[in-house]
Amino acid sequence: MIEFHLDGRSGVSPYQQIVQQVRNALRLGLLREGDQLPTVKDVVAQLAINPNTVLKAYRELEHEGLVSARPGRGTFVTRTLTDHSLAAHGPLRHDLQRWLTKARKAGLDDESIEALFMTTFRTAAQEDIA
Amino acid sequence: MTAALQAQGLGKKYGRRWALTDCTLDVPAGRVVGLVGPNGAGKSTLLNLAVGMLTPTTGSIEVLGSPAGSSQLARIGFVAQDTPTYARLSIADHLKLGASLNPAWDKTLATDRIESLGLNPKQRAGRLSGGQRAQLALTLGIAKRPELLILDEPVAALDPLARREFLQDLMEAVAEHELSVVLSSHLVSDVERSCDYLVVLVDSRVQIAGDIDTLLATHYRLVGPRRDEKSLPHNQHVIAASHTDRQSTVLIRTDEPILDPAWTVTQLTLEDVVLAYMGRSSPSKQNDRPVLEVQR
Repeated sequence: MIEFHLDGRSGVSPYQQIVQQVRNALRLGLLREGDQLPTVKDVVAQLAINPNTVLKAYRELEHEGLVSARPGRGTFVTRTLTDHSLAAHGPLRHDLQRWLTKARKAGLDDESIEALFMTTFRTAAQEDIA
Repeated sequence: MTAALQAQGLGKKYGRRWALTDCTLDVPAGRVVGLVGPNGAGKSTLLNLAVGMLTPTTGSIEVLGSPAGSSQLARIGFVAQDTPTYARLSIADHLKLGASLNPAWDKTLATDRIESLGLNPKQRAGRLSGGQRAQLALTLGIAKRPELLILDEPVAALDPLARREFLQDLMEAVAEHELSVVLSSHLVSDVERSCDYLVVLVDSRVQIAGDIDTLLATHYRLVGPRRDEKSLPHNQHVIAASHTDRQSTVLIRTDEPILDPAWTVTQLTLEDVVLAYMGRSSPSKQNDRPVLEVQR
């Protein structure tokens, strides 16, 4: 079982935050196949958020084939996200660390690095859409 | 689906002063609706009309598909502003009163809730803290098992912890009993968490109403070199615009992607959206707004 938390300043809507937290837990192996997600009632009682928000998040996860709802029993994980991507984390992190060292040597401070990453990331994402 | 609230040209006059004029609004059932707006916008008047505590001067209001009034009382729970209780009655007396006044009273729910809140049934309501009194009022509202629960600024006077606990319990009740809820609040952060539908009321007028996720996904801030906001594409509705000699900042609502590369586009928070709509009607009003007493 995992516990959700909400970041009010992230600018990401509550339902997307829940979806992301489940995906992250699946990626990191915190949630495995057969594990149960917290019930809607438990989530709303803990976070003081709207039940429809939780339902919407769970529906999206179901649509992605990651979980399935069993009426009267709860929502259960049906697939993990660890298999292929977790193995790639190591080398990617290594590349990123090398890139960060290069950026620091070039005189970029933390803020410039973050800005450069985010603009590149956004441009790449927009190119994917277009 | 029937609407939770539906108002047509609704107006209410106190003596010679109009508290609400020509209000038309449609609030869907099965949602948790946040009603926000500046003081004096008519929120409390609207909610009091909905529960039948007031009768309209003009127009009509329907609740759950039938005209508001005494015949609807059993289907609606109401927690009024400042969560009033009878100071000299004990908690147990309040529950007894609730049981004899409400045909569908859920006694187990009421006593369980008081117990889980750690309250002593013998205690007088007048000696409860603000948070405890609000919880008692919520208990009475939920235990009558209404289809629609209306709350008028329930958490305004509570400290952050009591506020969170109140909203947690309210949301739990919504999940458990499939209540429709309409609550008015000044605290947009609370509305963003606990509501899924937003109504912004300014000067009796609904400025915007809609699904909160949709509102967040369709409002943007555009920042770019100075240009006239009238030159924007037709599918981009301008909510607010401000200009310096070089730069323009425009808040828009649109269902389409924004293609113009000259703009830096950012998403808005719910607070930005609310403030933009609240500010929209004020320029014309600002001139005839009475001067504050202290400034005179």
